[in-house]
Amino acid sequence: MFFIQLRDLFKSYGSIRALNGLNLQVPKGSLYGLLGPNGAGKSTALKIICTLLAPDSGSVEVGGFNALLDEKETRRKLGYVAQDVAIDKILTGRELLHLQGDLYHLDKKHKKKRIEELIHRLDMHEWIDRRCGSFSGGMKRRLDLASGLLHEPELLILDEPTVGLDIESRSVIWGLLKELRKNETTILLSSHYLEEVDELADEMAIIDQGKVIASGKPDDLKKELGGDRVTLRVREFSDEVEAESVRKLIKNLNGVSNVVVNQKQGYSLNFLVQSNDVISNLSGHLSKENFEVFALSHSRPSLDDVYLQATGKTLMDAELELAGKRDFKLENKKSMR
Amino acid sequence: MITTNPSLHKEKQSRNNFNEMLQETSALTWRLFIQLIRRPSTLFAGILQPLIWLLLFAALFSKAPIDFLPGGSSYGEFLGAGLIVFTAFSGALNAGLPLMFDREFGFLNRLLVAPLSSRSSIVISSVIYITSISLLQSFAIMATSALLGYGWPSLRGFLLIAITLLLLVFAITGLSLGLAFVLPGHIELIAIIFIANLPVLFASTALAPISFMPKWLGWIASINPLTFAIEPIRMAYNNPVDLNAILINAPYGEVNGYSCLGILLILTVGLFFLIRPLLNRKLA
Repeated sequence: MFFIQLRDLFKSYGSIRALNGLNLQVPKGSLYGLLGPNGAGKSTALKIICTLLAPDSGSVEVGGFNALLDEKETRRKLGYVAQDVAIDKILTGRELLHLQGDLYHLDKKHKKKRIEELIHRLDMHEWIDRRCGSFSGGMKRRLDLASGLLHEPELLILDEPTVGLDIESRSVIWGLLKELRKNETTILLSSHYLEEVDELADEMAIIDQGKVIASGKPDDLKKELGGDRVTLRVREFSDEVEAESVRKLIKNLNGVSNVVVNQKQGYSLNFLVQSNDVISNLSGHLSKENFEVFALSHSRPSLDDVYLQATGKTLMDAELELAGKRDFKLENKKSMR
Repeated sequence: MITTNPSLHKEKQSRNNFNEMLQETSALTWRLFIQLIRRPSTLFAGILQPLIWLLLFAALFSKAPIDFLPGGSSYGEFLGAGLIVFTAFSGALNAGLPLMFDREFGFLNRLLVAPLSSRSSIVISSVIYITSISLLQSFAIMATSALLGYGWPSLRGFLLIAITLLLLVFAITGLSLGLAFVLPGHIELIAIIFIANLPVLFASTALAPISFMPKWLGWIASINPLTFAIEPIRMAYNNPVDLNAILINAPYGEVNGYSCLGILLILTVGLFFLIRPLLNRKLA
C-alpha cells in the first residue's frame, strides 16, 4: 500500500523545468530516500506534497487524499521539516513548540506532554528555554524536527535534514528517524548525502533533471550493478580519443560490464568486474595495446556507482554542473507564498 | 439504533472550527506581542515620534494668525486629531512588513503547511495587533495633548475615536497585507510605505484646514481617507459630539460626521473585497 503517489508531475520556474514528469510511489510505513544533486527537483517535489506549491500538471495523492484538492486533510497528515530552518529568533524554543501545537490545534494538556517528550527525546532540555536566535545550526534543526513531529503525523517529510550539521546532531536525528520507522511512521527524506540514504532508507529513488531515473531498495540497486566497481586511469590527464580506445578494449574483456567514461574526472573509466581475476589480468591486456595503468581503484559498489551508472556522472559532478545553472532568485520568487 | 442529526453535527463542526480558529488566531497574535515585548524599541519609537511631532508642530505654528484655524482653537488642539490618525495610518501601513519578513525567511511556510481552520487567522492576528498598538499610541498622544492643555474628549468622544480608528486601521492593514503578498520583497514594500506616508499626511487636514490650502490641494485633501478619519476625531474633542454637524467644507460640498464614518466604512469594505481574491489565492 502506498502512502504517497505522484503521477506525471511537471513544474517550471520561468524557463527552468524543475520537475519533468516525476512519478513516485512511497510505501506506507517506510523510510523512503530521494537522492539527487541540489537542483534535481527534490525540494520542489516535497513542497508540492506539502501543499506549499502547485504543480503545473500531474496528480498528488497523500494518505488517500488528493493533495491538490483536499489540502487541509493532507496537511493534517504530514509534518514538514524544510531545508532552510524557519524559526522565529525572538521566541524561545519552547514558545515556538507551543505556537506549533496551537497551529495544529492540540489541546493544552496533550501539547505540554508532547513538548516534554520531544525535548527529552531530542536532548534539547539544556537550551530549549533560550531564544532561538542564539541556537546553532544543529539546535535549530532539532527544534525544527520536534516541530514537525509535535502533532504525531502519519507522514514526516524532511528536506535535507542533516546538511551542515555537527556529528552529534546528525546522530540524534538519525536515531530518531530509525525509531520512527519502527513505529510505522512513513518518512520521506531528501538528501544529497549518499551515506545518509544508504544508512537510513528502506527504499529510494534517484532523481535527475526532474524525474526518477532509478528506484528500489539501496542494496538491490547496488546488486543490480552486478559486480565490484573499478575506476581506471591510463594517464593522469587522458583525452576523449584515448579513453574511447580503452573503453572499446575493456568492454570486450570477459567479466567486465557497464563501462562508462567519466569525462569530468579526467576521462577515467568506470566499470564493473565479476571477479578479482579480471583485475589481475587487466594490465596485461592494456600493455598489449600500449596502454599503462596510471591509477586503479577497486571497491564494493556504492550508491554513487548506481548514480554514475544511471547518469554517466558522479553525484558531486552533477551538483557542480547544476550549481552554475540555477537561478535561486527566480526559484525563491516563484516558490514564495 | 443510533441515529445522527445532520444539523447537530454541522453545528458541532462549526463550533469546532470556531474554537480552532480562536486557538490559532490567539497563538499568532501572542507571537506578535511577544516580539513587541522583547523588542520594545519599536513601540517606544512609535509612541515617541508622534509626541515629538506634537511638541514641534504645535510650537512652530503657535504664533499663526488667529483666524487661521476654524472655531478659534489653538494649533495644538487642532494638531492632536491629525497626529492620532497619522500614527494609526503609519502603523497600519507597516502591518505588511512582519508578514513580508515571514514570507522571505520561510516562516510563513510553517504557517501555510499547518492545517489552519482558516488562513484568515494570519490576517486577523495582524489586525488585532496593529489596532492594539494604534490605540496605545493614540492614548499617549491624547494624554500628552491633555497635559499641554489641549483638552480631553468625553466618553462619547472616546467611543467615536475608537470606532474611527478601527475603521481606518482595518482598511489600511488589509491593504498593507495585500501588498505584502503582491510585492516581490520587503524593499519594494518599504519603498511604497516611504512614498505614501508623508504625502498622504500633507495632503490631508492633519496639519492645516482645507480653507488654508490652495484649491488643488484642497480637492485632494477632501477626498483623502485620512481627512475622513481626522475630522470626526477632531470633533470628538469638542463637546457635544454631534455626527450631524458639518465637519468638512469640501470643494464638492459639505460632509457631516455620519458621511465621514460611512465613507470610511465603504473604504474598509471595498478594500476588503478588493484584496480578498488575492488573499484567497495566496492563502487558500
